[in-house]
Amino acid sequence: MLKRVVVTGLGSVTPFGVGHRTLFDALVAGKSAVSLVSSFDTSEFKTKIAAEIKNFDPDPYFPKSETRRMDRFTQFASVAAKDAILDAKIDLNHLDKNRAGIVLGSGFGGIMTTLEQHKILLERGAKRVSPMCVPMMIPNMAAGTLAILFGLRGPNETVCTACASSSHAIAAAFRMIQNGKADIMICGGSEAPVNPLIVAAFSSMNALSKRNDEPEKASRPFDKDRDGFVLGEGAGILVLESLEHAKARKAYTYAEIAGAGSSTDAFHITSPDPDGSGAKSAMRAALADAAITPDEISAVTAHGTGTIANDVTETKALKAVFGEHAYKIPINSIKSMLGHALGAAAALEAVSAVSSIVEGIIPPTINLENHDPECDLDYVPNTARKAYLKYVMTDSFGFGGQNSVLIFKSVNN
Amino acid sequence: MCFEKIADIVRHHLALDENVEITPESSLKGMKIDSLDVVEIIMKIEDAFEIEIPDEKLKEFQNLGDIANYIKSVKES
Repeated sequence: MLKRVVVTGLGSVTPFGVGHRTLFDALVAGKSAVSLVSSFDTSEFKTKIAAEIKNFDPDPYFPKSETRRMDRFTQFASVAAKDAILDAKIDLNHLDKNRAGIVLGSGFGGIMTTLEQHKILLERGAKRVSPMCVPMMIPNMAAGTLAILFGLRGPNETVCTACASSSHAIAAAFRMIQNGKADIMICGGSEAPVNPLIVAAFSSMNALSKRNDEPEKASRPFDKDRDGFVLGEGAGILVLESLEHAKARKAYTYAEIAGAGSSTDAFHITSPDPDGSGAKSAMRAALADAAITPDEISAVTAHGTGTIANDVTETKALKAVFGEHAYKIPINSIKSMLGHALGAAAALEAVSAVSSIVEGIIPPTINLENHDPECDLDYVPNTARKAYLKYVMTDSFGFGGQNSVLIFKSVNN
Repeated sequence: MCFEKIADIVRHHLALDENVEITPESSLKGMKIDSLDVVEIIMKIEDAFEIEIPDEKLKEFQNLGDIANYIKSVKES
């Protein structure tokens, strides 16, 4: 008998600040987090914009003796997890810590540390490379650090599936609780990719928007004039529990995870299968896992990156899976405001989807001024919309063709 | 001067409060820090004094005073 799994805590670190309420208020207000990059000189770069977290300071949350040994992506994860654990009102002193674990996702892990230490290697030689280089750069160190900070000794894993990483991480945590391997899981993802190498690398792929003169208008999923995605950063964390564990401690329940589905395009290293085959399979797998029909879905939080390829392919896949119902459901992309936080994106979208269910309001897709004729669904353009939401689907598709779809369900507290 | 400079490096690296006493008798091992911190602190000391401390020498040091004395002897020779 599979256990039911509920969401009892939310945490986030985004350019809007720390905390899921701060995030959701900004999303509902349709605010853009995109601005000119301030952390490095972009004069030689085609793209000079990002949804960058400016002046991030982890020191109010953890002692300096801890934070100085964390890469920026681990700092984001640690602060977001602390926020989520506080939100879930978990008493760490009365928790069976062997039954509490962590699954996080990240695309690049400690890439900032890698770059800093590589610079030291080239400029000052091998003997000056820090002994903290490996522990700070490895992508599993965010999850390892959370275990140390909170003393959680249950399952601990890291998923790396590019832009779908944190969706797969949430799905993995969901399965562990469903199957009785853990009672409570901290899950989600973090990413800190706003640095010269990653901006240059995505630019070379022509993946990034070059709308440098209008940063706030640069991320425009499903719009005819979109010209690529905008790099973002941050962390999103969910606390998942078995329904019985949440009930036993009288926890507030935000939503239930109804199902998860996963698939692979097996088509191209970066381009989605133009038929949306992989995306369709993942959506159908999630619907089957939740044991619901497509017309029971109330809304979709899209992957919606704002690249030419993604938005058309995702729209095709939605139409194929939902049929006529695709035209009746609101589909939003919060990447229009937050940019694309890669390995953290799906977790931030999960935070938004769950908040939408609880608050009864869907954040808009901003900058949707001229519909792409090939993107002709209801993308909640520019203004948030009130709606009763029973089931919300979130889509995530990663480079490598790795797809993950989650379905969240409303609960009555 | 040499010892004070070392004490400053240790204090700064470990983010220690001003009221934590660091003396020439203080040993890095006694400060409840791990081997990664020891390596980082030694690298900072090497940078600050523009010297290189051989690995064999590191094993002989019992406390911060020993490091200061070693640096003095290298600088004077």
